[in-house]
Amino acid sequence: MKSVLFLSGKGGTGKTSLAGAFAYLMEDKVLSDCDVDAANLHLLLDPEIEAEGEYQGSKEAVKDDARCIDCGECQRVCRFRAIDPEFHIDPFLCEGCGACVYVCPTDAITLSPRVSGKWYTASTRLGPLASAELYPGEETSGKLVTLVKQKAYALVKDVKAERLLIDGSPGIGCPVIASVSGANAVILVTEPSLSGLHDLERILKVVRHFRVSAYLVINKFDLNEEISAQIEEFARKEELSVLGRIPYDPAVPGMMIAGKNAVEDPESAAGKAMREIFARFMEVSG
Amino acid sequence: MRITIASGKGGTGKTTVATNLGLALADDRPVQFLDCDVEEPNAHIFLKPRIERTKSVEKLLPRVDEAKCTYCGECAKACEFNAIAVIGKKVIVYDELCHGCGLCRMVCPVGAISEVPHELGVIEYGVARGFPFSRGLLNLGEAMATPLIHELKQGIDPDSLAILDAPPGTGCPTIAAIQGADLALLVTEPTPFGLHDLRAAVGVARSVGVPIGVIINRDGIGDDMVERYCADEGIPIVMRIPFDREIARLYSQGIPLVDALPEWRDRFRALYDTTTMKLAREDGVK
Amino acid sequence: MKICITAKGTGLNDPIDPHFGRAAYFLFYDTETEALDAVANSPGAHGAGVQAAQIVAGNGAKAVITGSVGPNAHRGLAAAGVEIYIGAQGTVADAIADYKAGKFSRAAGPSGKGHGG
Repeated sequence: MKSVLFLSGKGGTGKTSLAGAFAYLMEDKVLSDCDVDAANLHLLLDPEIEAEGEYQGSKEAVKDDARCIDCGECQRVCRFRAIDPEFHIDPFLCEGCGACVYVCPTDAITLSPRVSGKWYTASTRLGPLASAELYPGEETSGKLVTLVKQKAYALVKDVKAERLLIDGSPGIGCPVIASVSGANAVILVTEPSLSGLHDLERILKVVRHFRVSAYLVINKFDLNEEISAQIEEFARKEELSVLGRIPYDPAVPGMMIAGKNAVEDPESAAGKAMREIFARFMEVSG
Repeated sequence: MRITIASGKGGTGKTTVATNLGLALADDRPVQFLDCDVEEPNAHIFLKPRIERTKSVEKLLPRVDEAKCTYCGECAKACEFNAIAVIGKKVIVYDELCHGCGLCRMVCPVGAISEVPHELGVIEYGVARGFPFSRGLLNLGEAMATPLIHELKQGIDPDSLAILDAPPGTGCPTIAAIQGADLALLVTEPTPFGLHDLRAAVGVARSVGVPIGVIINRDGIGDDMVERYCADEGIPIVMRIPFDREIARLYSQGIPLVDALPEWRDRFRALYDTTTMKLAREDGVK
Repeated sequence: MKICITAKGTGLNDPIDPHFGRAAYFLFYDTETEALDAVANSPGAHGAGVQAAQIVAGNGAKAVITGSVGPNAHRGLAAAGVEIYIGAQGTVADAIADYKAGKFSRAAGPSGKGHGG
């Protein structure tokens, strides 16, 4: 079994569109959406949920009012404004650091884990899917990504799939580290903007640290050909293989509305580029 | 009065609504504008503010005096974020993991830990079209956006109509921008993706108890799923912005709608009057 | 000498768990006595690699055999002088045999910055 992971550094570069195209073109695979902040691969897939469960992520301070003597020590040490003038703890502002727990003279505060979201597995028109959903105000973590990956690997075993396709998290933090480890190949999707190039440099360092084969795709390359050229120059210097360039295609959002992928339309310029990128990837990754 | 403009994801037209609302209302009442989308602020493109002063927003990072340190490991044990590690006769601080809560300094039995400020970003204050304008700018590579939004909110004048352009998504920064508002205007598109993101945004606004109005942007491109959802949930659709080539052209050139098309000035005023009247009827404007 | 192998179970025949920071178990193997001890890993939402490095160093391991090690964990292990061997596959027994046969190459220093979140 071989796994391929899609990463982008910054969000909104078209990472999920390309992952969706690969999902459509690739055979004998399991899909995994580790972009749990904004999981939306499933919107293209008509999923039918088969199993689900809770995810406990962050912790929050919980106060036992019966033991509280209103001394205000907790409020004094909290740097996140999470404790109001009446010494109530706001769960959305609480970072779960435990400083209030430490200073409370009556042990009225404890840190307790909270349910931050849920994971699920589903059958879809393009194959089995493992994904997750976060609740409002919750942030993703390597812990949740690892959980989704475990579910995806179990699906791979069940259906004896040859390939695992993972839509990764944006950024370069903990969730990305958790998704990179164990991947066989990473496709970096970037767009021609200065922040796109900056993020590409950072994400490549992470991927290289894990010694995973990395490939580059430049999306909407014709929106700013000057920066696209800079990105290609960077790729050449870093010996990062460019799988292809996708032109800006205003028809793509319309196809998304219809629940369709650009590669399903033989007329689409973006779809044609994605097909070529897929073919090249299958050739070089073996 | 405080109105936050938000959306479950980027690119829905949130900034279009926020900037035009501000411009349309500024003639009749004191308005102030806060761009809380600290990772990708772009309201300045339409409002062209003159920045007068800036303020740095910092977090405090621990630094260990190894001459005093006994390597007892209390700091590492206390840190909920694993941002400080004691390994053998070495202490390592992971600046990227640190939330700046200060607990390690509190628990250190020998006073070996001090704290140094580290800049997360800056707040810019200025004037745009005659009204106060402020925005946050998160430094590249920083992950903690929420402290910037809290700092921005500190500058709200209670006698003005404050318009907050929220960061997209459903995480802590978005919640910070919505929390405390009298009204959240959620901007979406009439598509399955728009509906998916709207549901998430509604969840966020409801979790902090803020009344909601929905604005459908690019009306006419999709289906009626968003309308059916709003009807089922009892959420008013307070404005529709049609999918229109002229509107798209103005946007790409950074020209506010209300400047080029005067009928939109009246529409945004009407939007404000009807929604605030509705709020006043329901539970009184704060 | 004590070495640590990351594994999905507690026995010699269990498979390697390739992700150091979020491995299910740390198995400590004494190359002289051939004693094997398992320590379960229950990482939190953040900083799993840092936590794992402290567990491994705290248990006195001089080398780690695993699939991959993130930048934060790498920094911690390097500070403790723990040797890092990555790219291990198969079972715990395979990894120990390969280690004894000198088949692993040591991981280079950490590349790039650490990561937050």
